[in-house]
Amino acid sequence: MIIKKETDIPPSEITDQELYLNRRQFIAATTAFVVTGAVPDVFAREGGGPKLPVAKRGAFAGGEKTTSISNATQYINFYEFSTSKDGIGKLSKNLRTRPWTVAVEGHINKPRVYDIDEIMKLFPLEERIYRFRCVEAWSMVLPWVGFPLGDFIKRCEPTSKAKFVEFVTLDDPKQMPGQNRGVLDWPYVEGLRLDEAVHPLALLSVGMYGEVLPNQNGAPLRLVVPWKYGFKSIKSIVRIRFVEKMPRSAWMKASPREYGFYANVNPEVNHPRWSQARERRIGEFGKRKTLMFNGYGKQVANLYAGMDLRKNF
Amino acid sequence: MERSDTRHKIVFGILCLMPVSWLVVLAFTVGLGANPVEKIIHTTGDWALNLLLFTLAITPFCRLTGWSWPARLLKLSGLFSFFYAGLHFIAYVVLDQGLFWPAILDDIVRHKRIAVGLASLLLLVPPAVGSIGGVKRRLGDKRWRYLQSTVYAAAVGGVVHYLWLVKLDTRRPLAYAAVLFILLGYRALAYLLKQRKDHQG
Repeated sequence: MIIKKETDIPPSEITDQELYLNRRQFIAATTAFVVTGAVPDVFAREGGGPKLPVAKRGAFAGGEKTTSISNATQYINFYEFSTSKDGIGKLSKNLRTRPWTVAVEGHINKPRVYDIDEIMKLFPLEERIYRFRCVEAWSMVLPWVGFPLGDFIKRCEPTSKAKFVEFVTLDDPKQMPGQNRGVLDWPYVEGLRLDEAVHPLALLSVGMYGEVLPNQNGAPLRLVVPWKYGFKSIKSIVRIRFVEKMPRSAWMKASPREYGFYANVNPEVNHPRWSQARERRIGEFGKRKTLMFNGYGKQVANLYAGMDLRKNF
Repeated sequence: MERSDTRHKIVFGILCLMPVSWLVVLAFTVGLGANPVEKIIHTTGDWALNLLLFTLAITPFCRLTGWSWPARLLKLSGLFSFFYAGLHFIAYVVLDQGLFWPAILDDIVRHKRIAVGLASLLLLVPPAVGSIGGVKRRLGDKRWRYLQSTVYAAAVGGVVHYLWLVKLDTRRPLAYAAVLFILLGYRALAYLLKQRKDHQG
């Protein structure tokens, strides 16, 4: 038989998908190492993770080009592992994402502890392509996989006392070496006003690029709030609390003059130390104008009607 | 000039060219990562500071060890520091801001770390000019030394520029500040002791 069937190829000859994707990088990296002694991070999982069943797909980035999975998984702020953007893949390689529980508590009718596998089966998974804008003035377009945070909140049945939703990241310096230093007040805390949290755009994400979240991108569960600066999109969530008072987020505590609670993307309100008028889209060369609410103004501006966004930054 | 001096300078010159060569090689192989402009700006800025502090360390090193040959590297070291500072500035103006002058002027006026950075670069110009052949002879020793002395202010400005740009983790800029403090402290001490000796004598 000339034409080989798939089953004719012995398993040993089938290149592991991950290795295949990384092979070109590996060869280039070896060359660079020989010449310069520098070894870039080839351990970051670039792809080839378990695929997720996506029931619905929606693109909400104005048709802008999706960032490469390589950049999305290798250029990351995750201070729990390191204050450097490089090497987060390697540092987070051994993060234990199973077993993983999420405690849901506070002013709700149904406080309980969920197992992550339970959460992943609660709602049909959607792919949402969103712009992602870091406060540092760089941005990406990312295809998240998850379900609306609002659907999850409805299930929790918040009482009338619940005005804000607080999120907490894992606190485990043994797995997250960056937490050995008090650069931020661990564990990482973020929060949303209840009406922001139930907004249809807010997503609880369990994956990206059609696969399970890589560790360095906030596995196994993270928040995605596309109209706010990226630090609001908290990663590796272990606790969700419904509270009465506005939570003080990790960045608010670290530098209250520079990072506020709302952190809405706003080209007219500069960071004290740099302009927010323009941003660098990762993968592109020039800078582009930053859009009000990261381009989601039509959907979210009404949440802030009458608010002074310069004071409530 | 002895032959070993030339050899030292050639080796040192090659070493100084390695950071920029590394950037070029990376650019043509694995690439400069997700944010190449940022990598270029950070690498050139780092080496401008590294070489500036190295330059300031040469004279104390000679005095402590009694060796004299490292002093022959002063001019080359200073010039390479200026070279990296220049690349750093060009990368900022051309690659980062795309020669968009309104944004650049806005940055200088409104953000003190940019103003301090620019000032530090400008303070490296007099020493660079002073290293041109014949300038020392024409100015005379004393005035030439004043020309070179702006390098101290440039070093302080460079470290402050770094400290003011870091988002939260100030470990590295503070380490540079500590090294600079030691180097300047040594010079201040040596100067004061010399003054005392001159007055006593």
